[in-house]
Amino acid sequence: MFETLSHTALQHYWWILVSLLGAILVFLLFVQGGQSLIYQIGKTADSRKLILNTVGSKWEFTFTTLVTFGGAFFASFPLFYSTSFSGAYWVWFIILFAFVVQAVSYEFRSKPENFLGTKTFDAFLFVNGLLGTILLGAAVSTFFTGSNFTIDSQRHSEWTMATRGLEAALNIQNLSLGLAVFFLSRVLAILYFFNTISNEEVITSSRKHLLYNAAPFVVFFLMFVGFLIFSEGFAVDPVTGNVSMEPYKYLHNLIQMPLVAVLFLAGVVLVLAGIIMPVLSFDKWRDKAIWMAGVGTVLTVFSLFLVAGFNNTAFYPSVADLQSSLTIANSSSSHYTLTAMSYVSLFIPFVLAYIVFAWRAINNKKADVKDLENEHVY
Amino acid sequence: MTNFDPALVDWSRAQFALTAIYHWFFVPLTLGLSFIVAFMESIYVKTGNEEWKRITKFWMTLFGINFAIGVATGIILEFEFGTNWSNYSWFVGDIFGAPLAVEGIMAFFIESTFVAVMFIGWNKVSKKFHLASTWLTAIGANLSALWILVANSWMQYPVGVHFNPDTARNEMSNFWEVLFSPVAINKFLHTVSSGYVLAAVFVIGISSWFLLKNRQIRLAKMSMVVAAVFGLVMSVFIILTGDHSAKLMAKYQPMKFAAMENVYEGQSKAPLVVIGLFQGKNETTGKEEFAAKLEIQNFLSSMAFMDANAFVPGIKDIIEGNAEHNIMPTSERIAKGKLAMDALKGYGEAKKTNDTEKMAQSAKVLEENYRHLGYGSLSAPTDIIPPVKLTFYSFRTMVFLGFWFVLLFVLALIYLMKNKIDHKKWFLRAALISIPLAYLATQLGWVVTEVGRQPWVIQDLMSVATGVSHINTGSVITTFFIFLVVFTVLLIAEVKIMVKQIGLGFKDGGNE
Ligand code: HEM
Repeated sequence: MFETLSHTALQHYWWILVSLLGAILVFLLFVQGGQSLIYQIGKTADSRKLILNTVGSKWEFTFTTLVTFGGAFFASFPLFYSTSFSGAYWVWFIILFAFVVQAVSYEFRSKPENFLGTKTFDAFLFVNGLLGTILLGAAVSTFFTGSNFTIDSQRHSEWTMATRGLEAALNIQNLSLGLAVFFLSRVLAILYFFNTISNEEVITSSRKHLLYNAAPFVVFFLMFVGFLIFSEGFAVDPVTGNVSMEPYKYLHNLIQMPLVAVLFLAGVVLVLAGIIMPVLSFDKWRDKAIWMAGVGTVLTVFSLFLVAGFNNTAFYPSVADLQSSLTIANSSSSHYTLTAMSYVSLFIPFVLAYIVFAWRAINNKKADVKDLENEHVY
Repeated sequence: MTNFDPALVDWSRAQFALTAIYHWFFVPLTLGLSFIVAFMESIYVKTGNEEWKRITKFWMTLFGINFAIGVATGIILEFEFGTNWSNYSWFVGDIFGAPLAVEGIMAFFIESTFVAVMFIGWNKVSKKFHLASTWLTAIGANLSALWILVANSWMQYPVGVHFNPDTARNEMSNFWEVLFSPVAINKFLHTVSSGYVLAAVFVIGISSWFLLKNRQIRLAKMSMVVAAVFGLVMSVFIILTGDHSAKLMAKYQPMKFAAMENVYEGQSKAPLVVIGLFQGKNETTGKEEFAAKLEIQNFLSSMAFMDANAFVPGIKDIIEGNAEHNIMPTSERIAKGKLAMDALKGYGEAKKTNDTEKMAQSAKVLEENYRHLGYGSLSAPTDIIPPVKLTFYSFRTMVFLGFWFVLLFVLALIYLMKNKIDHKKWFLRAALISIPLAYLATQLGWVVTEVGRQPWVIQDLMSVATGVSHINTGSVITTFFIFLVVFTVLLIAEVKIMVKQIGLGFKDGGNE
């Protein structure tokens, strides 16, 4: 059935899947959010342990989603993978290092004779929460602001800045998305605590920190959206493939793709509601808020990815040479490969089903410090 | 290709080798121990004997420590193709995509979902569900090795694709040919079974330590039984798949084979050098001479081609060509490679000016010479000779160790059955020392595979120098040393934690 689809249709299908993975990844960054809150909410050793164990049971999952997101991008849009990873060398390596230290920290932090000491591993987790979120956010923002590279006819790429991607951090729009993702991850972590932790001390402190993190999130997010709507964008001529700057391109994308605009607005409203409802009526909303904000996050990020890649837009634009910009059409895998992969994608619902099933089985009640005694503790 | 710093290639390779070697310190144990704990837990569920639960939990704790660091080092490799080998990544991106997608969707999530149940679920889910999770973790972990091995196999023996001059890359034309190429199947089996053997040696070695210390004898012996049976089967299997690897290599990568066996002048009825000591290189011919060697007549021909009279081409035949055996001289392949490269460039230029005639012409030349494409970037025919000594010694060490492990498992089973193992102190010590030897064997296996195929990143089609990303060498050197420090620190931490956990022994009761 997939082989009868056009190459363009398959490219769109895979852009949707990659976007969905990216969106789910941003939601799952609540794990990183929890890690960056350990010094504020986890004041005592016990409460820190409780926090790290509640997010810790999900760290693998976020990590795997990141790996799959990278893999899916490689598989479906290999030119992005080869251009961006070698070009923005330093950004990607810092992100990777931040995740390398995370993976060991959970398993090692509370084991005896762990060489570096619990404090160091906790610091690694904090660093992962800080850099992982900010840099991933900033990297995604370059989908709208552009990067510095050229590509020749054999698809060999050269990066034109010696700073190797770090220059992206100097752009306010990139920074605002990075910080928005950082604060969002903390907001989601707090909502997740509401849902999974029963310990009074942690919950009281979390409620306090909800607003401290929600306020900067809203500010940075609005800044980013402001830039997005009013900025020029990288438009592609569907016939010639020529790339040019178009004023209000991303606003036009939202207007020309009303469904995406609706998803975007619904997402933003849900995230805000997820923050506000538990403030208004805690007992009623404490369990549900994470789901509202979570679904909202997924919808928002998903629609932003669609704005970046659909409607004849270059999703990885080059400001050094406009015509080197990557579009979903010029960077994708062949028709054959996308077809083969599409068949595999039919298994996704099955995968989601067993994940939900397994999670339900192990997450059946709220946790307190005493519950950790009989468990595999991190 | 623009000129760039040759040190860049060396540092990029060094970084890849470093990260791959570190990753491969942890993966084999994950692959094998996951099955061993699954066996142990199955016995527990079947018999209801709490001792088996303690045993399972003990080995599972070690599994968890090792697993975390395997994951940590693995993420780097996935992205390193892009960061340091970007030209290569584009050239092959269309092929690796599909198996990677299969794996991401099918294997990674099985592993990461059920590993959580396995660790956290003891008191939360039913016994059967927990057992199923342990099995699924093992299956997921092993399937996760599939993609990268299929990719590696394709680089040794590229099949199932055609080259598209419009996109300047290989495009997949047959998914099944890529996935089920004979090299891929065999490599997967040989590699995962090396993990099984290593894990079995690990369990036997650690259990021997308990016996030497006179601690927890019963539980240690029970662990040993499971490991010895599994290890014996797998160590025989590894020899069979290893033998098949060598046959495939002789067929598809004759230069690697000639280097591994140090065959300089090819011959029929070629003898197999069982052990050899090198004297030094003859500077004019480049031939590595033996100072001493032990040979078995005709055996190399029979092993490689199942025919004692078969001709085994040597390094010289491949470099200079051998008309009788239909081997094209490398200088000719270089010339053809250059034709292919020029045609590819010409195609791109003609396309810009829409010169369809020239495009068709270039495409034809390219197609005729495509299988020599990589040779076009070489400067001399001798560039295609990989390091002979390293390949030769690494291969022999791996093989000898392979036979030693068979013996180890056989002895372990005999002594266990006769109930004499506690008194065989020499054996227990040998078993303990075999743990690092098992790590050595698997690492050397990769040395054979990867050093032996130099200078190719893709056999005959792309050299390492062509595949590398153009980054300033200083950045690569910096990340190399960051990796060296970070991974070494993590390795020390993991070994210390592991040793401590082993020292704590099999705990009482249900918890860790
Ligand atoms: C005892 C007989 C053995 C033989 C004849 C054998 C043969 C081979 C050959 C020919 C290769 C290179 C394949 C290639 O370049 O494509 C290889 C690779 C390898 N071997 Fe062995 N081997 C043996 C035992 C072992 C043992 C005991 C281990 C580890 C416990 C091991 C682990 C590996 C690994 C990890 C690789 C690299 C992956 C691959 O290319 O398959 N081998 N082996």
